Amino acid sequence: MTAFATTLFHALIALGSVVIGLFASVGRLTRFALVVLGRIVRPPWYPAQLVEQMLKIGWFSLPVVGLTAVFTGSALAQQIYIGGSRFNAASTVPAVTVIGIVRELGPVLGGLMVAGRVASAMAAELGTMRVTEQIDALTTLRTDPFQYLVGPRIVAAVLVMPLLVLVSNALGVMGGFLLATGRLHFNAAAYLNTTAQYLKWDDISSSMVKAAVFGFFIALMGCYHGYHSSGGAAGVGRATTNAVVSAFILILMANLVITVIVFGS
Amino acid sequence: MTPKIRLRDVHKRFGAKVVLDGVDLDIATGESMVIIGGSGTGKSVMIKCILGLLRPDSGSIQVDGAEVVGLKGRALAAHQARFGMLFQGGALFDSLSVWRNVSFALDGSAADRRAAAVDTLARVGLGADVADLRPSELSGGMQKRVALARAIASKPEILFFDEPTTGLDPIMADVINDLIRTLVTDLKITALTITHDMASVRKIADSVAMLYQGRIVWHGPRDGIDSAGNPFVDQFVHGRAEGPIKMQLKRL
Repeated sequence: MTAFATTLFHALIALGSVVIGLFASVGRLTRFALVVLGRIVRPPWYPAQLVEQMLKIGWFSLPVVGLTAVFTGSALAQQIYIGGSRFNAASTVPAVTVIGIVRELGPVLGGLMVAGRVASAMAAELGTMRVTEQIDALTTLRTDPFQYLVGPRIVAAVLVMPLLVLVSNALGVMGGFLLATGRLHFNAAAYLNTTAQYLKWDDISSSMVKAAVFGFFIALMGCYHGYHSSGGAAGVGRATTNAVVSAFILILMANLVITVIVFGS
Repeated sequence: MTPKIRLRDVHKRFGAKVVLDGVDLDIATGESMVIIGGSGTGKSVMIKCILGLLRPDSGSIQVDGAEVVGLKGRALAAHQARFGMLFQGGALFDSLSVWRNVSFALDGSAADRRAAAVDTLARVGLGADVADLRPSELSGGMQKRVALARAIASKPEILFFDEPTTGLDPIMADVINDLIRTLVTDLKITALTITHDMASVRKIADSVAMLYQGRIVWHGPRDGIDSAGNPFVDQFVHGRAEGPIKMQLKRL
């Protein structure tokens, strides 16, 4: 074989193993998700765990999600004003802000912030439970770790993310409103009027669907990486990083898919 | 008589590393069996195979004459409910109080479960005053006792102890050994302990088996370990660096 052919051969091997590895990961993750979904619908259920997780994911994420929304909404309004002024369309600020926030920025930034907070915490908690044999201990104590640990986290995330994003949307619009009325001298009543006029039911429902899907991916990534962590403290650290990175990517990908399906036609 | 637990030709490997290489073992009902062997000889893997936490590649594991390899779903859960296990690090749930840990597998109202937990804590020499503490507020020895209480709380038929004295001072280790021996005798439980602590072996065991390179190389009564005439057992019991067991200091 010539040197070129050898190099090409090795490159193909490397490419092949990356592709196989990717498919294997997707397969393992899909299997994990199916097992979880199969167990969630079957008793026993743990309402106390569910409430605790809803508080952890929803209530304690409010400050960070709210602040993100307010600042982003304000910045968005300012940029639309500057951009719009160039072709005498500065009056589009309320309409474009509300559409931008509710359709995209509210759910996506809310999802990313919650992923940073929650997917990492879940991966660290379940990862530590794995390496200290607490997950094995659950099994010997007549408790299915999927039903006790994973199920409540995923159900809680799917339930509370839409509520969080609802708050995030409202605060984002409010951020735009405050900047527009306070700094850009918009009329408050007219601003709110235009906002209400341009906000359609589809915008809100797609926002809620996105939020629920993001919630599912956040909890799934946190639990999957935590549940399968190994190798002590370093392994838990790896699981935490992987959980956040993969949740981010899945959120951004799912966002694109839902946007194209709902608004693309 | 059918043994409580019977292993026949159990094999388990992880990748290229063979961990269990044909384990044969019988544990009689009510017997306290101790498995000795160095670190990395497959002791924990063997216990996890019996518990159904790991699935052996081949071979048979029977409990009361019924095959347990390959159990799934409810049958596996029912199988696992017959065991209590004391994990090496205790594996207490650090988000729950001591009494909630101990009564974790019990049913009933909170008051009933708390009362049962306090009773069980008394069996391991702990007072009701620790019931509301968190595991992190307890010393290592007390954590071990709470873990022991949790393992026996649901009145299992079979108890597994994974390195029960690791990380304890010699006096606390002796206390735990006494406790295990008393519990096993009083509750008439079949017990399987894995350890490399010879003091534990002499206190806890009715019979002893030695695991080396994935096989049982010796099996006999406790009093036989000093006169086993088996070079592996001799070297281990007396803790000699020289002998047939070569420490792998370098990973191949």
